[in-house]
Amino acid sequence: MHELSLVMGIVDIAEKEATKAGLTKVEEIEVDIGKLTTVEMGAFDFAWKQGVRDSVLADAVIKINRIDAKAKCLECSAQFELQQFFDACPQCGSHFLDIINGREFRVKTLTFAD
Amino acid sequence: MCGVCGCGTESHEHHEHGHTHNHSGSKKIIEVEKDILYENNLLAERNRGYFNAKNILCLNLVSSPGSGKTTLLERTLTDLKDKYPFVVIEGDQQTTNDADRIHATGTKVTQINTGKGCHLDAHMILHALQGLKPAENSILFIENVGNLVCPAMFDLGEGERVVVMSVTEGDDKPLKYPDMFHTSHLCIINKTDLLPYVKFDLDKAIENAKKVNPNLEIITLSCTSGEGMTKWYDWLKEKSYAYNEAVMS
Repeated sequence: MHELSLVMGIVDIAEKEATKAGLTKVEEIEVDIGKLTTVEMGAFDFAWKQGVRDSVLADAVIKINRIDAKAKCLECSAQFELQQFFDACPQCGSHFLDIINGREFRVKTLTFAD
Repeated sequence: MCGVCGCGTESHEHHEHGHTHNHSGSKKIIEVEKDILYENNLLAERNRGYFNAKNILCLNLVSSPGSGKTTLLERTLTDLKDKYPFVVIEGDQQTTNDADRIHATGTKVTQINTGKGCHLDAHMILHALQGLKPAENSILFIENVGNLVCPAMFDLGEGERVVVMSVTEGDDKPLKYPDMFHTSHLCIINKTDLLPYVKFDLDKAIENAKKVNPNLEIITLSCTSGEGMTKWYDWLKEKSYAYNEAVMS
């Protein structure tokens, strides 16, 4: 259940941005979470409710973009979507892959109410 | 590649990389584009810089509970304590049992109790280092909390991540917990003395680990019988030399 640590990381980023901008209330937050990250969404939602209390994110709507995982085969250069780290290249069967997308884990935008 | 966020190429979906802008004067949107683990990663890099400056080889040992991390350390420290200066950071939810076992080998050790936490983070290591003050050219083992999920996301600043599994676990463990095997450099398969008594397909386990991470090095050993320990000691020797050379150059 490391999701609470992750939520606290998001709260920290939002608090710092709020202080910088001199604002106090986030209306919407947009977050990218790649499908290969170790984030269990059920646990994340639960942790979110607890973690944002009394912060600038307390009333914020969270918009989560789940980013599909994509890889490029290092043997034959085929690009494909993968579901798991252990998926093989559908063209040549190799496991030597360069993971292009799916490991994103970042705060994209914060919308503040004036 | 997108120069702003570093995301993929052809399949790149268009998204705005604007800056702060106002909408109808009532809302303010800030394009943050900041990694959520930014704070941890920054501290991890600080730790890494500290290790580089002091020529310390730092190994992060991860596994599920009961795979034999502490026993592996006990044996390693006992066998090699005259060859290398070792220091150990023990991570557990509660108790100082593991630190006591390490202390008994005569090695400098500190225990971090995470309380309700399921992983160590770079911040905890930073503070542990302040107390430990490891000597130059030493080898630092960080024994992470027994958990194959959460510690995968948290860089501690280690030079190498070592995942330990044992033959009493399933040979499909790398497939069940791919993140940890994907981010590790070495996989130790422990308790090989028990192979005749358990239904564990060693070749299958190695094949599964390599599927998740084709670059993963594998060492099979038994801390009880001593079989394979020299391969692990050779690996340590190679890494400490390679590390020192890389840092020196």
